[in-house]
Amino acid sequence: MMGAWSYQHRKAIAHALGRLLHQPLGTLLSALVVGIALALPAGGFVLVDNVASLARGVTGSPEISLYLSLDATDADVTEVESRLRKQDNLSGVQFVSRDVALKQLADNGLADVLDGLERNPLPHAFIVTPRQEDPALFEQLHQTFAAWPKVDHVQLDAAWVQRMHSLLSLVELGVSLLAVLLGAALVIITFNTIRLQILTQRAEIDVTRLLGATDAFIRRPFYWLGCLQGLLGGLVAWTIVTASISLLRGSVESLAQAYGAVFALNGPNPTQVTGLLVVAIALGWLGTALSVRRHLRESE
Amino acid sequence: MIVFEQVSKRYPGGHEALSEVSFELRHGELVVLSGHSGAGKSTLLKMIPVLERPTSGRVLINNQDVSHLPRAGIPYLRRSLGLMLQDNRLLYDRNVFDNIVLPLVIGGMAPKDAARRVHAALERVGLGGRDQEMPIGLSGGEQQRVAIARAIVKRPSILIADEPTAHLDAAYAHEIAELFQSFKSVGVTVIVCTHDPALFAETRPRRLVLRQGHLIEGAE
Ligand SMILES: Nc1ncnc2c1ncn2[C@@H]1O[C@H](COP(=O)(O)OP(=O)(O)OP(=O)(O)O)[C@@H](O)[C@H]1O
Ligand SMILES: [Mg+2]
Repeated sequence: MMGAWSYQHRKAIAHALGRLLHQPLGTLLSALVVGIALALPAGGFVLVDNVASLARGVTGSPEISLYLSLDATDADVTEVESRLRKQDNLSGVQFVSRDVALKQLADNGLADVLDGLERNPLPHAFIVTPRQEDPALFEQLHQTFAAWPKVDHVQLDAAWVQRMHSLLSLVELGVSLLAVLLGAALVIITFNTIRLQILTQRAEIDVTRLLGATDAFIRRPFYWLGCLQGLLGGLVAWTIVTASISLLRGSVESLAQAYGAVFALNGPNPTQVTGLLVVAIALGWLGTALSVRRHLRESE
Repeated sequence: MIVFEQVSKRYPGGHEALSEVSFELRHGELVVLSGHSGAGKSTLLKMIPVLERPTSGRVLINNQDVSHLPRAGIPYLRRSLGLMLQDNRLLYDRNVFDNIVLPLVIGGMAPKDAARRVHAALERVGLGGRDQEMPIGLSGGEQQRVAIARAIVKRPSILIADEPTAHLDAAYAHEIAELFQSFKSVGVTVIVCTHDPALFAETRPRRLVLRQGHLIEGAE
């Protein structure tokens, strides 16, 4: 049974490959169209991914600073610290006493100015690192800390990172929208390819039906054809994205160097490539399913 | 065994192509169906592989009512029949071998066994060794014989042929008639439709005659 099944599929694959090789130019053109349609969103996702990792690399982990009021006592400091230790969404808590802060300022070349002051104007501070770079979490922590006694001022040290994140998710949304549109285009292209194939194979379809072929037997080569076209398009898209990124890599790296940053543009990783090919095949399958439903409806 | 019970067929918008046709065929019988053009011969034959369904009445094949066979069952019925329609329906984009092997591919037969069967069928119709030729390069009679080879390659127990000798000269027609006789002699039920009454004359086969959709001879 298994043998018969795989035999039928091998026949169907051979048939589909034969069709593809029979019209090499048509096959190539379809693969290019599908490939370009897929390359745009795929490249977009890869770039968004790169910028996101750039943002992480430049800033390190974003932090929140809590400044206590000037009249805070050691007991108040202990109280705030113990409250911070109980927060399980923080990955780091660091205490900077007012003396240490003053010394840091002095070390930074402000010693002369500070000498003129009769007492230390700086407050005690805590610098904490949240576990996730989630803007909602930052906001929530900000409000929590601000409500605590003796906490004078709470500052988000990396507000721009958050803005960057929201910008990135906006861009990501745009790329997703593009992906949906171009995915639909791919389904339509496959739909049409299969429609034309069904028309040119009308005689064969009728004869095989007359000789007792089941619907599954008749549809099988078309499904293989649609999935193979999707796969070819996916491979073209992968090539386009990889080639574009290696073209861009040199100039992006020297640009980053000019700003004193180290940044390497990465091509799609194996998971992304696999995802791309799976999506391409799935869309090809979908286009075939719709076309076959529409055009192979039986006339007994 | 093939049984027609009061089978009538009215095409949509048309007149009645068959009117209450009843007859019975036994296993291994050869019948010749004749009648004027438009008498309903093709319509009658198409009821057997369910290419058409009766408007009323029933068609039984081996005690199964095929006139109400669900769609999904039709392919399996067709695989048990050898079928030659009025136009031979060869595929002109592939060679003789690939045409004849098609029913076996559909049935999922292993390639080696299938090749053996194809060559045997070609020998049977007198076209041994011609398997790599393209149908377009064959004469009308040879193409007709390729169609016969495709119909018998599965070794069906029922063979249905609509005008297998149309457009053939007398000598070819006679050859094909003898071929059908030989299938009968190995136990195949054969239904041949022809408007040439001389064709099977010498063997005195059973005759069914249609006139304007009515069976006027051979019902028994
Ligand atoms: N698909 C169809 N739709 C409508 N009318 C049809 C259809 N097929 C056949 N007919 C009509 O039914 C009648 C019988 O046709 P059929 O093809 O069975 O005749 P026939 O005996 O095979 O004729 P011939 O010897 O010319 O092949 C004819 O009047 C024909 O016009
Ligand atoms: Mg006819």
